[in-house]
Amino acid sequence: MSSNLAVSVRDVEKTYILGKGARANTLAEQLATKLRSFGKREQRETLQALVGISFDVKRGEAVGIVGRNGAGKSTLLKVLTRVTPPTKGEIKIYGRVGSLLEIGTGFHPELTGRENIYLNGSILGMRKEEVDRNFDAIVDFAEVSRFLDTPVKRYSSGMYVRLAFAVAAHLPTEILLIDEVLAVGDAAFKSRSISKMKQIVNEGRTILFVSHHMPSVVELCTRGIVLDHGTIAFDGTPQQAARVYLDTLASTDLRSEADRTRRSGTGEFRLARFEPLKPAFLPDETKSFDFELDHLSDLSGEVAISAHIIDESGDEIVQCDSRAMAVWMSGTESARGELHLDQPWLQPGRYTVHIVVHGTTVVDVALSVCAFEVLPQYPFPATVDQYSTGGRVLGRFDWKAESMRDVVRKHEIAASD
Amino acid sequence: MSIDPPVITIGPKSGFGGFRLREIWESRFLLIRLAKRDLTLRYRQTALGVVWVVLQPLMAAGVLSFVFGKVAKLPDEGVPYYALTMSGYVGWSCFATIVSKASGSILANAGMISKVFFPRLLLPLSTVLSTMVDVAVAVVLLLGTLTISGVGLTVKVVLVVPFLLGFALLALGIGAAAAALAVPYRDINYILPVVLQLLLYASPVAYGLANVPPSVLRYMNFNPLVGLLEGMRWCCLPGRSFPTESLLRSAMGAVVIVIIGLVIFERVERDFADVI
Repeated sequence: MSSNLAVSVRDVEKTYILGKGARANTLAEQLATKLRSFGKREQRETLQALVGISFDVKRGEAVGIVGRNGAGKSTLLKVLTRVTPPTKGEIKIYGRVGSLLEIGTGFHPELTGRENIYLNGSILGMRKEEVDRNFDAIVDFAEVSRFLDTPVKRYSSGMYVRLAFAVAAHLPTEILLIDEVLAVGDAAFKSRSISKMKQIVNEGRTILFVSHHMPSVVELCTRGIVLDHGTIAFDGTPQQAARVYLDTLASTDLRSEADRTRRSGTGEFRLARFEPLKPAFLPDETKSFDFELDHLSDLSGEVAISAHIIDESGDEIVQCDSRAMAVWMSGTESARGELHLDQPWLQPGRYTVHIVVHGTTVVDVALSVCAFEVLPQYPFPATVDQYSTGGRVLGRFDWKAESMRDVVRKHEIAASD
Repeated sequence: MSIDPPVITIGPKSGFGGFRLREIWESRFLLIRLAKRDLTLRYRQTALGVVWVVLQPLMAAGVLSFVFGKVAKLPDEGVPYYALTMSGYVGWSCFATIVSKASGSILANAGMISKVFFPRLLLPLSTVLSTMVDVAVAVVLLLGTLTISGVGLTVKVVLVVPFLLGFALLALGIGAAAAALAVPYRDINYILPVVLQLLLYASPVAYGLANVPPSVLRYMNFNPLVGLLEGMRWCCLPGRSFPTESLLRSAMGAVVIVIIGLVIFERVERDFADVI
């Protein structure tokens, strides 16, 4: 019965306490908040990151967990890895768990590659013999054998990431929890990481894999779970899960009461719409969006809007804050407007947008309000590939070069004049 | 295949969860690694490196001896003043180093705590291990001081080991509690150095108890360091009677403080990742 079960999750809830009470960093601040709320009923703003989640994972399954930012994926992983306790519910894990929430945890720049392999391995839960046994495999996989006794601060970022992934990929546990580690390294290393993960799946170990990256979920997983607003929206094949995920992205009704009450912020204004004018842009094209802002109750002062552009790996690429341009809107009526993003040139890929509405405090937070594509047509005169277009964004640059002989000749002409 | 895998049950936090010594024992490899990291990092990129382990206690005891012995001219209780100071300072530095390193150990490793699970107590515990290496060096310096200054060594001197363990245990209790409380209240980082400074002068580290007036001594006896420091001196210096009474008080105080400290740590630790 339970013998082929790897993980069982029952009615797990996780509530975070937000706002001032949670953020007080010193005793004095906390006393001050206590005094201010003295006599009043304590109203703490809370965020339900997980709302009664239940599922079972059988041994040998590779489960992809997908969902929008803020859907509860990372919280679920943190609860599963015991980094944070659930507020309610129970989880049973049958076997040793290894977790890869972020590669390179505990890596120290001053320590050598060898020292970091042992330290990181032990942080991830390996025993000494296990690190010893896997040491050569780790070094081979990371291709750092010549630099084992060099402090990792002298490593290139590629070497660093390879080493970090290699240690984690050699965790010998029966159950592995993985969070987005594929989004690292160059293309060659990425494909090697994916084949390493495939190998792990084929060894019959159980994997829970959290990702935004649908292609790798479909490729690696045998089952897909879509989380939305802290609940399970779908549980089935990875292909179907990927489709449901894209639907949740598009179908968010920013005007719906349910979505609005769930959003944080004081709520005098709620974002009603934020959309790109085109579904896809060229990297160097001005990206234009339009938005509507619903006025629900009066706010003293004016409101501003800020768009955060997030790339596929969840990193913020650029923030476009109307406050920076001194653009404010009335605090007493609804508004509409546009955003034009001219610079920087974005890398080809899929982006999502978070919107924050600001008054004197945060008024509305709407996550992943829309997605847009940047097409792989590079704005450079020559033909380029991924090896010549690294970096978070594309730069507008120019190179000037001349032969040293010309430099000397010019100098001589200038001197003889 | 017939062996049942270990089952981990994860539930919400309710009440006191125990100290989970078994978990700590199972992660002893990580404990040793963390201590090693601490030791390796401390002296990497310093010009004199390990020499500092030797110089630091010698210089600190030197300054204290100069101020209290030469300037303030406090009585030397019949031994060279430097030997009097050194026999107290070794215990004090064991205590103070562990307290200050352990108290910062949680915040300094915030990244690890929010990413991976491991028994959180390993962090303060690892600072005890790494400090004990320095303490061992300081003990050798103490033995050298006793020999060179003409005080001489007796068999009793081996008993500094249990006394130093007492200092370490007391420091672990205070350091662990401070480390845990520093997560929600960063105030700890500001208070603790001042408290340690005060405690250095309020404890018989750089002076003997012989000249402390009884009216003050009554209050000093609440300080659990007093008995341990007197114990250190009894091991090292001749012609002293065993400080039974103050040592009993110290032992009781230390046990109570360690238990309270670890309970505080346990109560706060599960929420580290959410608050840090």
